Amino acid sequence: MKILLVFISAAIVNNFVLTYFLGICPFLGVSKRIDTSVNMGLATTFVMSLAAAITWLINHYILIAFNLPFLQNVTYIITIASLVQLVEMFIRKSSPSLYRSLGIFLPLITTNCAILGLTLFAALREYSFIESLSFGIGAGAGFTIALVIMAGIREELEFADVPAPLKGAPMTLLVAGMLALAFMGFAGLLSV
Amino acid sequence: MASQRTLFQEFKKGIWAENPVIKMLLGMCPALAVTNSAVNGLAMGLASTFVVICSSAIVSIIRRFVPGGVRIPTYIIIIAGFVTLADLFLRAYFPVISKALGPYVPLIVVNCMIMGRAEFFASKHPVVPSILDALGTGTGFVWVLVVLGSIREILGSGSIFGVTLLSERIYTPWVVMILPAGAFLSLGLLIALINYLTQRRQGAH
Repeated sequence: MKILLVFISAAIVNNFVLTYFLGICPFLGVSKRIDTSVNMGLATTFVMSLAAAITWLINHYILIAFNLPFLQNVTYIITIASLVQLVEMFIRKSSPSLYRSLGIFLPLITTNCAILGLTLFAALREYSFIESLSFGIGAGAGFTIALVIMAGIREELEFADVPAPLKGAPMTLLVAGMLALAFMGFAGLLSV
Repeated sequence: MASQRTLFQEFKKGIWAENPVIKMLLGMCPALAVTNSAVNGLAMGLASTFVVICSSAIVSIIRRFVPGGVRIPTYIIIIAGFVTLADLFLRAYFPVISKALGPYVPLIVVNCMIMGRAEFFASKHPVVPSILDALGTGTGFVWVLVVLGSIREILGSGSIFGVTLLSERIYTPWVVMILPAGAFLSLGLLIALINYLTQRRQGAH
């Protein structure tokens, strides 16, 4: 039951982008068209669930076992960077068509703070292995939802007459603010 | 062209013309996440400034020995080392602030502002300009975070740096300002205001 709650909490109630401000860079930079946002979201979800599982194993069997928690930041960032590299090599060999649609987004994911944030939050809240995995998939789903909604709004904004000082980033931030207000409606739905 | 710039210009450009948050849109994640009060903004700004100065200095010192292919991982490990230092320091001496900032302190590692300075400036310039450049960028980051934190704290809880300005009797706090939505709205309006001022000044000339 808790596994499901963790998933829903990460995906909707405590949406990574709109309540924790993680992954703002791709959110503001990439989300201009719906189809690229979907691909970016899927690639991120994939890396997030892998990263959640692998960092859990590293944290429990290496860092905690040898009493090295102060190495957490360094270890996690290296793990994520090499994971992204491995995934890229694997996809390039196994599925060239998937590589073509995800390829350019993969290197960007390394510096996506949502991934490191996810692993740090999972360690802080002391999730079990299955809960961490569910947290990773949920956070990825939440990231995808936010990215796609934003892309949809921005496609419409192309035709709107925005005042000159608000063009670009300010308008995107204001729209994100409205979205965050809307997502506040889910607050209090669960408390995980 | 960069070599003709004076050292003071290297410092000054980060504060306004190439401000990381307002002009370059880097480091947005901490700028939005921890600015629910002025103190948190200041602490996050100073911690990031410390990290950007130290990592720029080291990156600049070792810039001739690092092969191009592995430079990004090298920079990340240097930055992560200094972030761990800052994290442990805050935890030891300012436990309350450290708790309020939570995982956003370790997240300084992936702040693209720091990586940006290492990659675009420190890896190509000697030590002294690199440190000044990092100091300027850090100062630019601190003032935006403190201004944003103050705006949100005044409107959201009627106080600044914990000192009550507007008492509950005459002012009903806008709770939304200290919630996530308020962060997006106030940063958006702050950037819009600065764009407006810049455009008006350009129009006048």
